[in-house]
Amino acid sequence: MSGDTEIDPGDPGAVSAPGPLPPAGVPTARSTGGQEVVFPDRSRYHEVVAAYRDGGFEMLSDLCATDYLTHPGRVLPDGVVPERFEVVVELLSLSARRRVRVRVQVAESDLVIDSLFDLFAGAEAMEREVFDMFGIRFDGHPDLTRILMPEDWEGFPLRKDYGVGRVPVQFKEAPGPR
Amino acid sequence: MSDDTFVEETSEGAQELRPRASTPPVEIEREIGSVLRLPEGHHVDVSDIDIERPDDETMIINMGPQHPSTHGVLRLMMELDGETVLRTKPVIGYLHTGMEKTGEELTYQQGATNVTRMDYLSPLNNELVFSLATEALLGIEIPPRAVWIRMLLSELQRVSSHLMWTATNGMDVGSTTMMIFGFREREMLLAFFEKTTGLRMNHNFIRPGGTAADLPDGWEDDIDLICENVALRLDDYDQLLTGQPIFHRRMDGVGALDADEALALSATGPILRSTGIPWDLRRTLPYLAYDQVDFDVIVGTYGDNFDRYAIRLNEIRESIKIIRQVVERMPLGDYRVQDKKVTPPPRARIDESMEALIHHFKVFTEGYKVPEGEVYVAVESPRGELGCYMVSDGSAKPYRMHIRAPSFVNLQSLPVMLRGGMMADAVATISSVDPVMGEVDR
Repeated sequence: MSGDTEIDPGDPGAVSAPGPLPPAGVPTARSTGGQEVVFPDRSRYHEVVAAYRDGGFEMLSDLCATDYLTHPGRVLPDGVVPERFEVVVELLSLSARRRVRVRVQVAESDLVIDSLFDLFAGAEAMEREVFDMFGIRFDGHPDLTRILMPEDWEGFPLRKDYGVGRVPVQFKEAPGPR
Repeated sequence: MSDDTFVEETSEGAQELRPRASTPPVEIEREIGSVLRLPEGHHVDVSDIDIERPDDETMIINMGPQHPSTHGVLRLMMELDGETVLRTKPVIGYLHTGMEKTGEELTYQQGATNVTRMDYLSPLNNELVFSLATEALLGIEIPPRAVWIRMLLSELQRVSSHLMWTATNGMDVGSTTMMIFGFREREMLLAFFEKTTGLRMNHNFIRPGGTAADLPDGWEDDIDLICENVALRLDDYDQLLTGQPIFHRRMDGVGALDADEALALSATGPILRSTGIPWDLRRTLPYLAYDQVDFDVIVGTYGDNFDRYAIRLNEIRESIKIIRQVVERMPLGDYRVQDKKVTPPPRARIDESMEALIHHFKVFTEGYKVPEGEVYVAVESPRGELGCYMVSDGSAKPYRMHIRAPSFVNLQSLPVMLRGGMMADAVATISSVDPVMGEVDR
């Protein structure tokens, strides 16, 4: 095992402060529960995550997306323009025992965002899931195909304008499937 | 049926592993390591590998989706040279039922019923992470007894899940005795769950605001019996498997992963710990009251199948240690928060009070409103970091409920573990990742 990943869970003295984070010019906020959240621009997304990785956030613990179609009035810090989609990345620092969340606005008109695959190989399946469920494309992803839905599926199920499936009921005037 | 029709009817298109001739060289280079791939710098140099063969000497076969050792409907496409695995690609989604979408249609009150069905081998942990996320959004503090009951159940669940794993892993390496043993011990725990929650699986017992009920009378004696028995049986397992030469030859050095790979692939739980990284959320980012109990984080060295076996076996011992402390220190008091917004009135009150009836009706039909916000909480499930990202828009249903499923993410390290190994070892390695397909596909 390499030296830079070595941590000791029993000794709080081993906790070291990461570098100058967040990078300058990136709006930040605190989420419910007090976790740090940064809101980089889509153009700076990759660069910001790279800065965090170099600053001691060794693991990408989660990557998902949210469709804010029916909830546009959410609270965002100054300087962040709300868009329909948001990609949410959860980074974890094992050495500092800290989490940071990265929320990036992705416009509906241009659903492309940089892939984090070159920084964290673990992003592979998670980005494929986001593509599958929301139709957001990841630039630089090696194999952007559907992962949970069948290959020939139409539509992106977790979008808010995608209907909820129904089991057809054999009653008069019952709603049909979807 | 002709070959062509067969391929047509079973094809998943681009999700599948394709022959080398129709794959660009850059992709092949990446795919050597895995098809859920490692980036440049992590990928193996093609010229370094002596298992390279021309395309017509290798074959791509399917393992699953209904192979007994794949623990569910996992389908692995493997490129084989004789019996050596060159490339692997997991094709998943056969159990996808849109549970995250369903979660957006259910109130917070009903949501626990949904998430509990994801990881069906540790349902209580799923309920726990969902409840913790909801409580974080609500900003409520739950009573100490509820916290300790949750901890007790969570640890019992870990024991039962790891026992199940030991059983199926034994089966996969050819020890049917181990399978019978594992299931036998797990039955004791399931009986306790049934007594406590009413169900053997999918309990819906841990709910936002506390738990559904208090522990049954005489629970301490049941737990004592379970702890004593399981501890004794663990020594039997040691005799049966841990020191056994055949078992060692099946497990030692097979499916090895190193720490850098595990971190890059976001692997958590026993897989990450087997590589030597002592990361256990119960210790490193404590939730519930794990900072008040004494236990050890079990760590491996080589990251191989045997390490993962040893870690799980010893984690059962650590869990028993925690359970014994919980029994000793279980505080008295309420098992759920007395916040009338969240907690329905006691069942007996409904018969005598109109207000209680209305209140009960409103909680169960409309649910309760949760303030706007978003939160990510994570717990250590038997399989790794189980996270819940929840967004609330101020209504009674989650706006977005995403579960970070440890099995789904851990499955990415499987191709790396299988690389260059034998086909027969693949079965043992799949089992050592411990994927639960309900959670992978959600």
